[in-house]
Amino acid sequence: MSDEPVSEDSEKPKAEAKAEKPARPARKEPETPTAPVMLDERGEALSGVLPKVFSDFEIEYSAAMDEVVAIVKPKDIPEVCRIAKEDERLNFDYLRSISVVDYEERLEVNYHLFSLENRHKMVIKTSVSPDDPHVPTATGVWRGADWHEREGHDLFGVVFDDHPNLKPLVLYEGFEGFPGRKSFPFHEYEEW
Amino acid sequence: MVQKVTETRTQSADRLDEVDMMLNMGPQHPSTHGVFRLVVWLDGERIVKAEPHIGYLHRGSEKLCEREDYAQIITLFDRLDYVANLNGELAFCMAAEKLMGLEVPERAWYIRTILCELNRIASHMLFYGVYGLDAGAMSPVLYGFRERERIILLFEAVTGARMMHNYIRIGGVKEDLPDDFNKRMATLIDELKHGIDECDRLLSRSEIFLERTKGVGTIDGKTAIDYGVSGPMLRAAGVKEDVRVSEPYGIYDRFDFGIPVGTNGDCWDRYYVRILEMRESLSIIEQAMQQMEPGDIAAKVRRIARPPKGEAFIRTESPRGDFGVFLVSDGGDKPYRVKVRAPSFANLQAITHLLRDAYIADAVVVLGSIDIILGEVDR
Repeated sequence: MSDEPVSEDSEKPKAEAKAEKPARPARKEPETPTAPVMLDERGEALSGVLPKVFSDFEIEYSAAMDEVVAIVKPKDIPEVCRIAKEDERLNFDYLRSISVVDYEERLEVNYHLFSLENRHKMVIKTSVSPDDPHVPTATGVWRGADWHEREGHDLFGVVFDDHPNLKPLVLYEGFEGFPGRKSFPFHEYEEW
Repeated sequence: MVQKVTETRTQSADRLDEVDMMLNMGPQHPSTHGVFRLVVWLDGERIVKAEPHIGYLHRGSEKLCEREDYAQIITLFDRLDYVANLNGELAFCMAAEKLMGLEVPERAWYIRTILCELNRIASHMLFYGVYGLDAGAMSPVLYGFRERERIILLFEAVTGARMMHNYIRIGGVKEDLPDDFNKRMATLIDELKHGIDECDRLLSRSEIFLERTKGVGTIDGKTAIDYGVSGPMLRAAGVKEDVRVSEPYGIYDRFDFGIPVGTNGDCWDRYYVRILEMRESLSIIEQAMQQMEPGDIAAKVRRIARPPKGEAFIRTESPRGDFGVFLVSDGGDKPYRVKVRAPSFANLQAITHLLRDAYIADAVVVLGSIDIILGEVDR
């Protein structure tokens, strides 16, 4: 572990400096190592159960480190979330957070779930286009989704359809732009 | 014009029982523990509806993380939960370590655990003090801050700073403990034991305090989970859930400690769970002091950390609850996205539920019992 990174370090800065100026360095550099998948036995069991529970939906399964990932179509979100919460094989009663990640060509909404009863965890992901991002709300499933969605709307402009109160939360009323997005500059904007 | 006014007056007089009064608390209100605005609609003295407004302390920490390298971000995490800085640092470092697959040396974990548990006591002591003030008792704050000061002085000796430590690093900690640490800790543990007992005796069974907090602002376990509530607030509602036990991280599986649980989920339970938690933390610290052995304090890491491409979500138990960090890396020297799952953020949401049908006089007591830190609510 200790000698391998050093050799890599010596050549990287040069490549980085070239690519830095115009935009962020390209995300997919060919030699970038990827974090390993390491599901525990609960995760393994869960990934076996999921396709049975969600047999009616078009879902892609994968894993990110120790979490099972289900990639869902945006329109299926409320139904998938409801089943994830109510099906006793899953029992995801606890919503940890909803995080939006801006991949420039798409916005990815991550629902990190945990089951206090069954002690397993998973991530539900859905991707929307940044020009017209619409995801149905999950507030009907977990009440705690309320502020997480409002924050996602504030910072990334994701519209959570049918949300009862999608007012600005962390930003002030009338703020222009979506400061969470990669396209939002760090300093070149006028502060009120 | 005049006529119009009289008209509205009579109109409202006719349906006096239906008219709500809107009362605005904050953003600069002494009991809001920061800049937090709460709008309540009142029917007489009853709260019909409460609407929290946050964001006055929004600094865009998550966005700022995207242009700092991994070592620099630790300082930003100091400033999220500014009462329990070390717990925030730990959470971020754990996320980066998980992505990089780093093995942190044992001694580093013991140091982290001891300091984080001390930080938990310091944070709960601050809660104890200001909660006394919220409920109208002047003296607890003096006792609470006295105990907190002892811990902060020790932090200063270990990390060099009273609050913004920047001590926990990716792969370990910054420096080894000072030579006289064991001696100082022995005294500190004795003093804290005595101090916690004293604080407990001073306020917990006070008749007025009980009247103000018992049965006020109740929430049941199921609703609390639905809101994403965590930490002492969830445990007070009778749910035995502690990340240190349910998903042990670091070396927490080596200690024997209890999880205090409440029964009613009211303000007093939320308060008393924290008092009991301080004792459990002390017990963890004592065990850790006995088990700790000399050794390395940091793994070998490159100066500029470059975690592999991927995403990691970690959970830690901060004094306020389930503190999570969602870290997305593109393989570069800066994270692609950092999302903080702040426990206060989720806990504060439940205030609409807690305040429904409460008396306006209880609003401050209920808000205080959540123990919010606006630094992590707004981020």
